[in-house]
Amino acid sequence: MDEKFAAIGEAMPRLLDGLVVTIELTIFGAIAAFILAVILGLAAASPAKGFRIPARVVIEFFRGTSLVVQVFWLFFVLPLLGIDLHPMLVGVMALGLNYGAYSAEVVRGSIQAVPTGQWEATTALSLGPIQRMRRIIFPQAWALMIPSLSSLLVHLMKGTAIVGFITLADLTYQLEQVKRTAGTLFTYGVVGILSYFVFALVLMYFMNALEHQAKHKLGQGKSLWRILSPAPPASTPAGGAS
Amino acid sequence: MIDFRDVEKAFGDNVVLHDLNFSVQKGDRVTLIGPSGSGKTTILRLVMTLEELTGGYIFVGGEPLTHEERGGKRVPVSKRNQKRIRQRIGMVFQQFNLFPNMTVVENIIEAPVHVLGQSKREATLKAKELLERVGLSDKAGAHPTSLSGGQQQRVAIARALAMDPEILLLDEVTSALDPEIVGDVLGILRNIAETTDITMLIVTHEMQFARDVSNRVLMFDGGKIVEEASPSVMFSDPKHQRTKDFLHAVLGDGEDTIGTR
Repeated sequence: MDEKFAAIGEAMPRLLDGLVVTIELTIFGAIAAFILAVILGLAAASPAKGFRIPARVVIEFFRGTSLVVQVFWLFFVLPLLGIDLHPMLVGVMALGLNYGAYSAEVVRGSIQAVPTGQWEATTALSLGPIQRMRRIIFPQAWALMIPSLSSLLVHLMKGTAIVGFITLADLTYQLEQVKRTAGTLFTYGVVGILSYFVFALVLMYFMNALEHQAKHKLGQGKSLWRILSPAPPASTPAGGAS
Repeated sequence: MIDFRDVEKAFGDNVVLHDLNFSVQKGDRVTLIGPSGSGKTTILRLVMTLEELTGGYIFVGGEPLTHEERGGKRVPVSKRNQKRIRQRIGMVFQQFNLFPNMTVVENIIEAPVHVLGQSKREATLKAKELLERVGLSDKAGAHPTSLSGGQQQRVAIARALAMDPEILLLDEVTSALDPEIVGDVLGILRNIAETTDITMLIVTHEMQFARDVSNRVLMFDGGKIVEEASPSVMFSDPKHQRTKDFLHAVLGDGEDTIGTR
């Protein structure tokens, strides 16, 4: 057992390098996905066909093709067309497009879930469409979309593991290297699982904090200090017998 | 102030309003009564442009609100014109519809600042005055969710008044409130009616309020006006059998006692 720890200890710098790549992919991929999701989600929720139909086509296309195929397409097919992208950019783009398309549905659904009375009140006050979205509807939809977005974020983080295929040395790639000296079981069964799990936990806590803050702004839920306490944040009593 | 000319509204095959013609003068307080489904709320929603007019015309201050006749054809008016005219109209809803992501005072100054272009200071000053008027000067910084229904509705009234509307639409504003606070809200509206010359179009089940505030009462049934009269005549001596039945059902045995205050 000792020599396994020693092997991991020795490999620590490269594991940390891998972790940094995984974190970078997650953060930049999530930012790209979020920007795309807001643009596509707003367009898909629009009453204007000129926005809605193109948005639907893009959303369905990127939801309907696998992430691996999208990564390969960007990495191997684009160069044939004379476009050579850095592997990191390819990874971020693929994650952004794929999860952006999924998240766009969440954004659209949340916007449409804001009660009709809120939309009508903005009409009665003569707010224009941009003010209405920016100042009234989106802030309320934001609180509704966070739970779904946070599970998509964890999916995205786990999805970063496929970029090893395109020469990026992320955490999974480095684990594969360490496996030779530390053994498969220990490398993947303990170190790999734990690292991803802890990262996912951090992301979940971050998103829970966002959700609390968003709900607090709508006058729901308690003050912000609860987010920092270790107790699991109280979920909304949506369904099920309690 | 408001003219309805051959107004028709249909939801699919369901015709809610048909051949509606009536005018509201400046400063009029018109109450629309009638059974549910008679189309009275739809009229308010049409004036607020919350529903699409399917036939005829509505004029506000002589200008077409949604459609106009040009070259013998019925054509929609420009969005810009519609927005300009709509700014003269305010509405208070049954369900208050305050914005939960804003405090009370932010709710009130939102449109004056972002639509009328008032400065934040100026709008806030006026908002404070309005809050005082509705008896909520201590709630400026509160969240709408922390207020009772009656308080929320008073904020909604202040929010509508902050836009200085020439026309105020009141859509069953006390129907979602507990009986004991209905009086507060109606008292505030009565005060506004007495101290301003805002034209009001009111849908309500509070017949006493209708009697106190309005100068005209229209009885609706099946999307048509069946009877029009001053409140004193309408409530004490209705002509139409449909009106008699309706008032009897609404007022019960208290029919004779209304208006004795």
